[in-house]
Amino acid sequence: MSIPNAKLQTPRSGSRKPETASRRPEVGSLSLFPLLLLIAMGMFAYAPFMILNAPYEATMGLVQKIFYFHVGAAIAMFVAAFTCGIASAIFLFGRRPGADRVAFAAAEITVMLGLIVLISGPLWARKAWGVWWQWDARLTSTLVMWLVFQSYLLLRRFGGPGSEKLSAAVGLFGSALVPFVYWSVNLWRTVHPTTNVVPTLAPSMRGPFLWCVLAFLFLFVLLMTLRVELEKRRTRLDDLYLALED
Amino acid sequence: MKCFRFVRAFLVAAMMLGAPALSLAQQQPPKAPEGFVPVDQVPGQEELPAKPLVAAAYGVAWLAVLIYVFSIWKRLNAVEREMADIARRIEAGGRR
Repeated sequence: MSIPNAKLQTPRSGSRKPETASRRPEVGSLSLFPLLLLIAMGMFAYAPFMILNAPYEATMGLVQKIFYFHVGAAIAMFVAAFTCGIASAIFLFGRRPGADRVAFAAAEITVMLGLIVLISGPLWARKAWGVWWQWDARLTSTLVMWLVFQSYLLLRRFGGPGSEKLSAAVGLFGSALVPFVYWSVNLWRTVHPTTNVVPTLAPSMRGPFLWCVLAFLFLFVLLMTLRVELEKRRTRLDDLYLALED
Repeated sequence: MKCFRFVRAFLVAAMMLGAPALSLAQQQPPKAPEGFVPVDQVPGQEELPAKPLVAAAYGVAWLAVLIYVFSIWKRLNAVEREMADIARRIEAGGRR
């Protein structure tokens, strides 16, 4: 990008002062990254072996094995949505720019994990229920939550200066949907399995399930580390543009 | 009496000739109705295979993660390049 376009390319620069914290010497913000990457890659590489060795479910058979990734991604999605909501609240009420960076990163990861959940679910449903999609409480509320976080990202992308506060409010409402999505299967009549499935899992299925959940949680931490670092560098870039204008 | 014997013989002959014809008629398969034929069970070979669905689900998960990591890596590189470019220009402006 050339310098004459600098003002056009940095919409945030008009609404804030350069952060003093970002000018501190960098103390290896990605120092944990290789270790996290190694752990997450190892866990994801071993997960298929655990899933293959897990027993088949009596009525659904092979297709039930989608459960391990589907629910793992869903739990990580809930954690990401909660992270976005908490960080958004801290940004709104505490005025901490760092919290905004965390919220933005978590919203993007929520959308990515939500995509995995919303694609793997219908693939399972096609075999188990005979249809790709059912407009029941769990599926619809998950789709609505995913769309709320999509709107967060669209707001950040096209909202212009000051969109941080508005998107933080959207993130807060998006995370408030998590309990509704989780309990929707118990509150309303639905074809989706209830929340009793996980606590009553057979020990031979519990091991691979917990492994996949942990793998997805590690992936979430890994992606958060990387994505927050990207936001930090973008903030530093904005500061450089401000220095250039001065 | 002679008449009664004749009737009895006629009936026996009719039964002997008619029974095979009747059983043949019973053995004939019913005519297939025209159009769709409903069945209670899906034929075994027609069932939806689970393998492609499971493979697609796991493939999508891996692909989504890989594409996302690649997009972050690309954005990080772009920001780094931009930062280096601006730092160079600030430095050049300071020298003038």
